[in-house]
Amino acid sequence: MTFISRINRRREREAALAAKNRRELVAAGFTRRDLARMGLLTSAGYLVGVRGLSAWGGWSNGGYGSGWDGGSSHWNHCSYNCPQSPPTTPFSQPLFLMPVKQPVASLTPTPSIAPNTLGGEGRTRAHQAYTQFPPQLYYQSVLQPAQVSVHPELPLQSLWTFDGTFPGPTYQARYGQPILVRRVNNLPSNNGGFGLPSVSTHLHNGHTPSESDGFPCDFFEIGHFYDQHYPNVLPGFSSNYPPSGDIHEALSTLWYHDHRVDHTTENTYKGLAGFHLLFNQYDTGDETTGFRLPSGPYDVPMLLADRVFDQDTGLLTLDLMNTDGVLGDKFLVNGGIQPFFQVKRRRYRLRWLNSGPSRFYQLFLTNPSNFSQQIPFWQISNDGNLLPRPLQVTSTTLGVAERADVIVDFSQFPAGTSIVLENRLEQTNGKGPTGNVLAAGQGDYLLRFDVLPDAVTDASAAPTTSTQYYTLPTTTDTPRVTRTLKFSRRNGQWTINDKIFNCDSPAFRVKRNTAEKWILQNDSRDWQHPIHIHFEEFQILNTNSGYSGGSWGGGGGSAPTGVNVARKDVVRLKEGDQITLFFRFRDFVGRYALHCHNVVHEDHAMMLRWDIDDVGDTNSYP
Amino acid sequence: MNRRELLAALGTAPVATAALRAEEAAPQKPAPRQWAEIPPRESIRKRYFPNLPLLTHEGKEVRFYDDLVKDKMVLFNFMYATCTGICPTVMLNLARVRKILGDRVGRDIFLYSFTLKPQEDTLPVLAEYAEKHGLKPGWLLLTGKPDDIELLRHNLGFYDSNPELDRDTSNHIGIVRYGNEPLMRWGACPGMSTPEWIAKSILWVDWPPGQRAG
Repeated sequence: MTFISRINRRREREAALAAKNRRELVAAGFTRRDLARMGLLTSAGYLVGVRGLSAWGGWSNGGYGSGWDGGSSHWNHCSYNCPQSPPTTPFSQPLFLMPVKQPVASLTPTPSIAPNTLGGEGRTRAHQAYTQFPPQLYYQSVLQPAQVSVHPELPLQSLWTFDGTFPGPTYQARYGQPILVRRVNNLPSNNGGFGLPSVSTHLHNGHTPSESDGFPCDFFEIGHFYDQHYPNVLPGFSSNYPPSGDIHEALSTLWYHDHRVDHTTENTYKGLAGFHLLFNQYDTGDETTGFRLPSGPYDVPMLLADRVFDQDTGLLTLDLMNTDGVLGDKFLVNGGIQPFFQVKRRRYRLRWLNSGPSRFYQLFLTNPSNFSQQIPFWQISNDGNLLPRPLQVTSTTLGVAERADVIVDFSQFPAGTSIVLENRLEQTNGKGPTGNVLAAGQGDYLLRFDVLPDAVTDASAAPTTSTQYYTLPTTTDTPRVTRTLKFSRRNGQWTINDKIFNCDSPAFRVKRNTAEKWILQNDSRDWQHPIHIHFEEFQILNTNSGYSGGSWGGGGGSAPTGVNVARKDVVRLKEGDQITLFFRFRDFVGRYALHCHNVVHEDHAMMLRWDIDDVGDTNSYP
Repeated sequence: MNRRELLAALGTAPVATAALRAEEAAPQKPAPRQWAEIPPRESIRKRYFPNLPLLTHEGKEVRFYDDLVKDKMVLFNFMYATCTGICPTVMLNLARVRKILGDRVGRDIFLYSFTLKPQEDTLPVLAEYAEKHGLKPGWLLLTGKPDDIELLRHNLGFYDSNPELDRDTSNHIGIVRYGNEPLMRWGACPGMSTPEWIAKSILWVDWPPGQRAG
């Protein structure tokens, strides 16, 4: 401990010294030429990472320990706009467990099918499925500022939250039980530095009627509310699986977040995100029934986020002029920087969500006392949708907005063991990861599991015995149309098929209750994009570069393998990738979005509006 | 910071090492930090809006923060007079944006187009460009010392982080940056978008009803 502390103190001291020196260099009026002459500036114009000038003090992720506390080196390669948060002691606070959102008896004014414009509702279109699926439960969700602690060594942060916590409360909804969530905008007009108090809350992965989807341009202002109707019905109820939909397309781990067009980065960065879980007769929320997945206190959503804090004020800060993507040097799980989580010696279902803004993760379980130990775990879902069966893996990759539910059996570790959740995917700028997987212990430590000695029962099924969850729907239907969507960058502006985003008219129209194939092409040089498509999930049919297993890149085959044989709502497009997706669009009509979920790209118009109606078009290059 | 201190920072002078050794012997628990209280508007100004001297196409000397940004809603883009790529479209869009925003332009909303080529775009060149494009009050073409323009270009996010692409002026960033300085509301949209969309975007950062400062 003494050794770690010394290193921390030294690094803290060096980081502060570096910041001071850099400020003084600027204040003293050293020109770029001066710096170059002194060897402090590279030919590309970057300050070299010398100890004493780099705020990283030649070390790494601001405040990590070394040795088993997590010595990272790759942040030394940060090339531009490098984050410089104050040091914080890792694993000095418990993991925050979000409260479960509770319904209310009634809402005032009473919800209505038509928008209650006079009563202050921001919705502009009538609910299309309200009579068919009348809400059984009502919730009131207030978007409000809150003073939140992210780490005991940092000051309280002024965040924007759902209901006062970051992340917001976790919804536990059930299929067959439609709900209505009233979002109330009580945000302040003074944003404290960033954030637009104008919002649209998207339920990510929801099979949701358009007017309740949280479409980016369906935003509403301070003092207004917006009723979102979630039918919680399986897809296909009005087409190929009447009357109740296809059980094999049940969803599990969804999340909700702000989606305000052009301003999603700042609003989500400021705290507007939370989990929304769906249960049914198989994924029951009770580990003695159905698929017998670890449940109750052993079913733990974990929202991963990276952030930057100001070196002088200790407050959350965002680069407002960034166009590449924003990387943080502080890693938060459920709103706390590098928490610890005390676990019992049994199976847990951990629901990992990469909430962005821009980073890609490849997550490993690392034993800091034995870096060569490979710790396998079971991945049971991709993007929150249960796989056909549990797959044993040693890592999993998440682009922004991707989710993975995993089962980790902590009974394999003796009491007193500590295991770290580590991101080993190297990423040095906001555009995408390098593809290098760092050695164990060299990555970003996100959270530490501490194994308790307590005796505990475990009624959940061993993943080895869970041979079947859901069956993947067929993808052999002849598509009504195959559309190609080419993502390019022209003069710093994102285009899709050379067109620029516009909320006001759709790029193409899909005919309701038909199947389509979409070919996504990444034509942008040295950029990677986690592309999200609203409303319906897809399956990856093939790729040109291989989209296999849990690792970045890899493989060379055309069909996905491993955990990517799955239903998904986000697909990672590496540079030069061409990926073909299969969809069925069912049940509801209206406008939906397709966009890059690197929210900085999204806010710079890397988005497209597409609609569902009863006519559709067959434009193959919209 | 003098040369000796700079060398110390580089780790070549023994003085730094000695100081660090002393630190190592310090007790384990770091004292709670004292955090500076800096108003966020001030932090944003310091980080992005240096008060550099600039010249307008009318030959007037202005200060970037004090005269152009402070207390205003603004719209920034970068261009140069001989640009035949995206500039004509973007500048035509801005002319229409100006028309849509009406008499607020010049009162509390201002359009600023910075030249990427201050050495080519001399005052007469800019004046002629303004004349030819019918620039109205509230929309300025701006130039300055090349280093200053370069600093602004980086501060305002009009660079490509790929140095090779960044050197290619024909690839220059065509976004339009918009913001409301006192309200600290900032955004961007493609300059090749429609003028209606660009005008709508800037009005998203407008003052709440009844609170307009201009």
